[in-house]
Amino acid sequence: MASVAPFLVFFVGAALVAATSGALRAAILLAVPIVGAINLLGLPDGTSGAIPLFGYTLTFVEADKLGFLFGYLFHLAAFFGIVFSLHLRDRVQHVSGLLYAGSALGAVFAGDMLTLFIFWELLAITSAFLILARRTDRATRAALRYLLIQIGSGLLLLAGVVIRSWQTGSIAIEPIALEGLAAWLIFLAVGIKCCFPFLHNWLTDAYPEATPTGTVFLSAFTTKVAVYVLARLFVGEPILIYIGAVMTMFPIFYAVIENDLRRVLAYSMINQIGFMVCGIGIGTSLALNGAVAHAFNDVIFKGLLFMSMGAVLYRTGKINGSDLGGLYKSMPWTTGFCIVGAASISAFPLFSGFVSKSMVMVAALEEGHPIVWLALLFASAGVFHHAGIKIPYFAFFAHDSGIRTKEAPTNMLIAMALSAAVCIFNGAYPWLLYEMLPFPVDYAPYTAEHVLTQSQLLFFSALAFVWLNLLHLYPPELPSVNIDAEWSYRKALPAIGRVALALGRQARESIVVGGAAMLRRAFGRLSRHTWPDGALARTWPTGSMAFWTTVVLAMYLILSYL
Amino acid sequence: MAPEPEDKRHIFDNPRNVWRVIYALHAICAVVFAADFFVHRHVEHPWEALYGFYCVYGFVACFLLVLIAKEMRKVLMRREDYYDG
Repeated sequence: MASVAPFLVFFVGAALVAATSGALRAAILLAVPIVGAINLLGLPDGTSGAIPLFGYTLTFVEADKLGFLFGYLFHLAAFFGIVFSLHLRDRVQHVSGLLYAGSALGAVFAGDMLTLFIFWELLAITSAFLILARRTDRATRAALRYLLIQIGSGLLLLAGVVIRSWQTGSIAIEPIALEGLAAWLIFLAVGIKCCFPFLHNWLTDAYPEATPTGTVFLSAFTTKVAVYVLARLFVGEPILIYIGAVMTMFPIFYAVIENDLRRVLAYSMINQIGFMVCGIGIGTSLALNGAVAHAFNDVIFKGLLFMSMGAVLYRTGKINGSDLGGLYKSMPWTTGFCIVGAASISAFPLFSGFVSKSMVMVAALEEGHPIVWLALLFASAGVFHHAGIKIPYFAFFAHDSGIRTKEAPTNMLIAMALSAAVCIFNGAYPWLLYEMLPFPVDYAPYTAEHVLTQSQLLFFSALAFVWLNLLHLYPPELPSVNIDAEWSYRKALPAIGRVALALGRQARESIVVGGAAMLRRAFGRLSRHTWPDGALARTWPTGSMAFWTTVVLAMYLILSYL
Repeated sequence: MAPEPEDKRHIFDNPRNVWRVIYALHAICAVVFAADFFVHRHVEHPWEALYGFYCVYGFVACFLLVLIAKEMRKVLMRREDYYDG
């Protein structure tokens, strides 16, 4: 069977969804990822679908093992996201969701840097509608900031690609040594989408402002495409080890004091991407396998966590920890699925995080990075603390907020159940996932010591949480925002802009006012002499002129005799 | 689904059930800590070889995490409408 480029299935599907409604639209929505997956099964290895353009060859499909892994992952994520959003009567969200998933597939199977750039920008544009669809002022402003940064990342990528093709004549997707302007531009572009420290705030800004269903889509694609591209271009780049370690560390502090529970998840997402970036930096086959496997698991369990919080937001209209609590009474199924997601991200034995995160950590020790290993271990305990305990605890337990609502809609429950099943399947039977990894796996997750040490780490973290609460040391959830790197462009830059504007206005005023005064003065002086009653415009009697002429001549006569 | 009666008692409305969970957690912690003396661990790094390393590290890490984050609030926390002005 002849296969087409994977993104085409989604783009055609989006067109059909735009033209239909009701049950037919729902059927098409569900069919798209299934048809896409069948299409992917028949996709040959290597290059296909090349189009010559302006002297370059755009390669739309280049498939290898790593590409197929992300390809199947994105189909799975798209399917779960579609099931989760099936109750919506919102054409914009359905169409943009499909286009967005298709763009991610286009980027994964892109065979050259220019094609990658095209889908890189399409990812930005199509996903922005999932934020705009919230249809609030706040969301619109967040979406515009998001779009600006994402498009900016694309322009950096394009600049890097153009300079590189100029210098080397190559637009191939291949490992790039991190030297020279072109390489750094591309590194920065990928770094923005990967949420490197100080470049990360677009994620914590925009994702919590998207619709309850939109965030589920958003969490699956953009950052994982970036991780995939990072693995293609900068594998084994030592700087990534430290960038990754920092990424695992700093967001957990923010997550502890953040009130918006979807923003807590956004911070914990950066923490998880940190493990992947670190693994890519270490660059051994174990580390890279770990990074990729963790990307797979993260898409599913982070999607599940965002689904459970989306369901809470959908039912209660609230998402702040300070407003929630006691929801296990009304939403027991959502509570259960959320706990599965929490156990998976915390890497409990038998849950998916357990079989992938540790590969990166073992690789860090093996390659002689004990400090990085300690940081990752700290972050592992921390992620359990804020994502594993805090999210379920403050939403579903803690003090009873008095909110009584209905259980999530059936389609949401099904999507959560499917995601939870994948989390448990990958955790309990990791070998199917391991088989899909780019390198042969020589790693056994279920040894007595690994199960024991991970249990020790997690249960004693839980113990710390309990004691902190019993001793009243745990910081309460407060309605607040916390200053982060975004302060520079959301507060400082506008302030500088305002000052500059004020200065400009003042300058203009002084020029206009001062200038006008000067003109008026000059004009006044001029008019004093030339106006009808001015000295130069007055009509003089002829006699006085004859008199003054006589005076002048007389003076001349006298002077000439002296 | 029928709406539940307002006064229905749920499992954690009873404080004794909350305490049961807390006691169970302490018991599990005691067991996994004790297991350290019986399970031979292959160690990659000398720190790992210390008895109870993962227990102590997990506990201390979380305590520090929360206490430091609390201090960070003093510097970083602003009103909810901070960026809306």
